[in-house]
Amino acid sequence: MIPRPHIALLAAIIAAVVVSHFSDSIDPYYLDVLIGIGINIILAVSLNLVNGHTGQFSLGHAGFMSIGAYLSGCVTFFLGPKLLGQDGGTALGQNSLFLVALLAGGLSAALAGLLIGIPSLRLKGDYLALVTLGFGEIIRVIFQNIDAVGGALGFVGLPAYTNFAWTYGAAALTVFVVGCLVKSTYGRGFIATHDDEIASEAIGLNPTRYKNVAFVVGAFFAGIAGGLYGHYKLSIDPRGFDFTRSIEIVVMVILGGMGNTLGVILAAILLTVLPEVLRPVAEYRMVIYSLLLIGLMLARPQGLFNLKIGKPVKVGN
Amino acid sequence: MTEFLQQLLNGLSLGAIYALIALGYTMVYGVLRFINFAHSDVFMVGAFIGYYAGRHLPENTLGGGLIVLVSAMLGCAVLGMTIERLAYRRLRGGPTLNVLITAIGVSLLLESSGQVFFGAEPRTFPSVFPARKFAFGGLVISSNQLVVIAVALLLVVALQFIVFRTKIGAAMRAVALNPKAAQLVGINNDVVISFTFALGSALAGAGGLLYALNYPSIDPLMGVMPGLKAFVAAVLGGIGNIPGAALGGLILGTVETFVGGSQFSTYKDAIAFGVLILILLFRPAGLLGKFTVEKV
Repeated sequence: MIPRPHIALLAAIIAAVVVSHFSDSIDPYYLDVLIGIGINIILAVSLNLVNGHTGQFSLGHAGFMSIGAYLSGCVTFFLGPKLLGQDGGTALGQNSLFLVALLAGGLSAALAGLLIGIPSLRLKGDYLALVTLGFGEIIRVIFQNIDAVGGALGFVGLPAYTNFAWTYGAAALTVFVVGCLVKSTYGRGFIATHDDEIASEAIGLNPTRYKNVAFVVGAFFAGIAGGLYGHYKLSIDPRGFDFTRSIEIVVMVILGGMGNTLGVILAAILLTVLPEVLRPVAEYRMVIYSLLLIGLMLARPQGLFNLKIGKPVKVGN
Repeated sequence: MTEFLQQLLNGLSLGAIYALIALGYTMVYGVLRFINFAHSDVFMVGAFIGYYAGRHLPENTLGGGLIVLVSAMLGCAVLGMTIERLAYRRLRGGPTLNVLITAIGVSLLLESSGQVFFGAEPRTFPSVFPARKFAFGGLVISSNQLVVIAVALLLVVALQFIVFRTKIGAAMRAVALNPKAAQLVGINNDVVISFTFALGSALAGAGGLLYALNYPSIDPLMGVMPGLKAFVAAVLGGIGNIPGAALGGLILGTVETFVGGSQFSTYKDAIAFGVLILILLFRPAGLLGKFTVEKV
């Protein structure tokens, strides 16, 4: 017997591939928005593991995304012509190269997550938010200063490999991995760290380790999302990964109701579609967006889609 | 040597502005324990109030300059109190994260409404104070730099006086120490927090005006980077600690100016965050802060 989540994952990937085959008949504008939604789902769900389930406030997700975007871009841009030949190669060749590129992007983001996480996860709350924000900004400045990847002008000329299947396949995988990880026996540790760090330490768990694992897994998927984003926009602008981008992702997690995967997905969809809907009033778009954000925080501080009735009993404090 | 002194002077005048903004962050953090992201946009509004006031007043006069300064400070004080009243008060006592997101929302609101009302393109700031340059040997000091340092010094001393020598200052410290206990001894927390926001925002307004004097091109997003760096300055000095914020601002401004003048100038923006990370890793309570152990 295959467990249900695995079947769901398989079904989702197959559905993504099938839809992808008909993507030519979808209006390009809608396809564009759909892919944007898929990428945001990956980002929001992976950040949810860190901010929601484990309760660590990270503001550096866009930094990891940029690492993934640049590294996977390097693979396809510099290695691609050598491996596939100048004519671009077969579809199979392109797709396997893209898989390698995405994995390279994800793994390098995960490595960066590990390097950043070990020292900074000792900090808590606002301080952790600031350090992760700082790291995100430093990563951006470093990329702006590497001329091989375009420097401040951005990395242009990436091949268009991202399609519906890749985006939603990766999104399904993200939801699956994060969901299974948190539901597993091991994953209870994330929740324990979130609920009460000192108490979880007292029963023999290692909160620092859990925080690091959450951080690394989150960074990995952010890197994948970055790779998808780069090969979808066909260029990478380092300024596109500043802390406003990180905040956008955090807002998705919070609106969705921290630690609520379905809610976070809905929030990612809503927050991608909202700016598009507000496009006719482009001038006031950000004003409306920010007013909605403040209004939601005041009216529904537990998140827009958090429909759970009653709160878990909290002991102490 | 002259160049070193020149850079030091430039750094100190930049640092003085960071210090003014950092004081607002540190005071709000002291009483409410959250990062007021909108503070950097209050700073921007201060510069714009200065811009509009400066156009209606005779330029290059000391009196006109002071009126512009006072109007920027008053305008920002009112703005700060309004933000606190409308956005933050209802969330007080709630999860920090929600207040933080609201603060980010207010920040976005100020930036985007700034773009609607003021226009997104940069504007040239009028010279409200009489501009002159003094030369000492090879050292060039502009009168604006002197104004910045003098005003910042004056405001920090005034703030120190308010916080440590007046009744409302004592109330502020009491709320920072323990809000519940403060209420028990008859302090009206709402008034104190409102006052803290007014004070911090007035300093940010002054900072915005002074920044615009030295870097006379203003736009609605001008506050973001100085705001972040000022927060780093506040953490560097020990958050919640007033002399610490001033010290942190000066250190950060100086370091940044020196890096900006060296061959690593493109990494200037990363320096502030590098400093932040180092300080949090090795001395999380900041230079002047006290380290406290978490108790169960």
